[in-house]
Amino acid sequence: MNPILAKGKILSNRLLLEGGLLYEMKILTPEMAAGALPGQFVQVDCGEGTSLRRPISICDCDDITLTLCYDVRGKGTLAMAKMPVGGEIDLLGPIGRGFEIPEQGRVLLVGGGIGIYPLVKPASLLGGRAKALLGFRNASLVNGVEYFTDYGAEALVCTDDGSYGVHGFVTSLLEEELKAGDATVLICGPMPMMKAAAAVCAKYGAAAQVSLEERMGCGVGACLACVCKIKVKDGDGEKHARVCVDGPVFDASEVVW
Amino acid sequence: MAKVDMSVNIAGVTLRNPVVTVSGACGFGEEYKPFYTTADIGAIAVKGTTLLPRLGNAVPRIAETPAGILNSIGLQNPGVDVFVTRELPRLREEGACVIANIAGSTLEDYQAVAERVADAGVDLIEMNISCPNVKEGGVAFGVIPAMVEKITAAVKEKCGKVPLIVKLSPNVADIAENARAAQAGGADALSLINTLIGMRIDIKSRKPILANKIGGLSGPAVFPVAVRMVWQAKKATGLPIIGMGGVATAEDAIEIMMAGADAVGVGTAMFKNPMAPIEIRDGIERWCEEHGIADVKEITGSVID
Repeated sequence: MNPILAKGKILSNRLLLEGGLLYEMKILTPEMAAGALPGQFVQVDCGEGTSLRRPISICDCDDITLTLCYDVRGKGTLAMAKMPVGGEIDLLGPIGRGFEIPEQGRVLLVGGGIGIYPLVKPASLLGGRAKALLGFRNASLVNGVEYFTDYGAEALVCTDDGSYGVHGFVTSLLEEELKAGDATVLICGPMPMMKAAAAVCAKYGAAAQVSLEERMGCGVGACLACVCKIKVKDGDGEKHARVCVDGPVFDASEVVW
Repeated sequence: MAKVDMSVNIAGVTLRNPVVTVSGACGFGEEYKPFYTTADIGAIAVKGTTLLPRLGNAVPRIAETPAGILNSIGLQNPGVDVFVTRELPRLREEGACVIANIAGSTLEDYQAVAERVADAGVDLIEMNISCPNVKEGGVAFGVIPAMVEKITAAVKEKCGKVPLIVKLSPNVADIAENARAAQAGGADALSLINTLIGMRIDIKSRKPILANKIGGLSGPAVFPVAVRMVWQAKKATGLPIIGMGGVATAEDAIEIMMAGADAVGVGTAMFKNPMAPIEIRDGIERWCEEHGIADVKEITGSVID
């Protein structure tokens, strides 16, 4: 569907991680929720003092609600964290090209940090076909694992410092999985992690999709602020694609890392 | 009372209402179609178009500022061929009044693009000699009055019957002098202001936020500068003016028209509110009705100074 402007009613807005900055907001917004696809995002109006909306990935959705998980990183997301339950939120969305969910076969959901959340909706559609490989910096930041297991996905967790789960990077888990058998891989996380994960997928010939992030302006593809470099098909050149509407999900093999 | 006449005139071209979506903020009009069409607004100034495609600058290209944004896109565009063959026919079909925004690195580039878009039959040509985000050309032609006159005269020659708007930079010593230079070169109209050059630094990393380090400031922060410069440029030249720079509400639009603008550009405001051009258009009309103004053109230059 084309993006729409819609008001939503905030059903909940809670801190997910004690002492952290990670929040989950559930919004009643039937028209937008019904049209939302896995991997898409919404642009949130964060009110007075902001000139740009804040792009927030859709974590989960049903016919009438959207769930957004977001980190408080600055003025806009801080304003979001303070929005009262029962209040109104102004949304532009759903926006972008999301994940393509394969109709059959094993799917690995590779997430790092807050990047795990856009993979929740795919998990809901995949059930037992999905295996989540989730990486965090340390034990205190581990969160959201149950979002995947609740939908029937197996979840493996690793931490950079070994304080929880497997000691190491999520790319090591990914390599072990791909050695064991082919899979489609959906990736979302920090750029270095996505680049490394995409390289592992290329090594094993696994189809991979990555969800990119970039500082964004209009969110509808007009201003050309949020571009990324993409290989030109059937050529050796590069071009700029818009993360907002040409992505945010791209085939990992077309991204110029 | 009778319906307000919302039409305005820029150098002989009639715009159905005074609202123009500004170059760089609205692409070629396609992306905002879920919200309004180009037939709903006075005119669309399309993305700055160069002779050959341009990749634009590295990212990050945008940063938020107090009451505004800083951007450094770097004139990413598909080139004049794509504009003329793909975008213009579609805009024509939609019923748009089309302002081709042209840019280049050399005087010859500007002339070549002007000739192509004039031949293709755009309604107006807007010459961008004020882009702060490209290394060559752009603002280099827009700062020194003698250069403004020279390039205006050279490009005007190639515009045929299509009126030429010169888009002025605010990053100059005396806007009145640059406006007069454009007029001396044969400009049929002016648009102003382009962005003010600014910079932001991430204090955690100590690095500039924009990859280009500096960029153009737009949004409500620059609005008073725009009002002042439109007022000065109108007094200096009497030329038709598309006033722009931080216009976010109908009241802003009316204010910049009072300063001397014949039409009003809306850009940054669209990023937060895609419906801004329509809300501003309707707000101007309502204000006219409430104030017994039968013709929106009466607002232009009506400041009591």
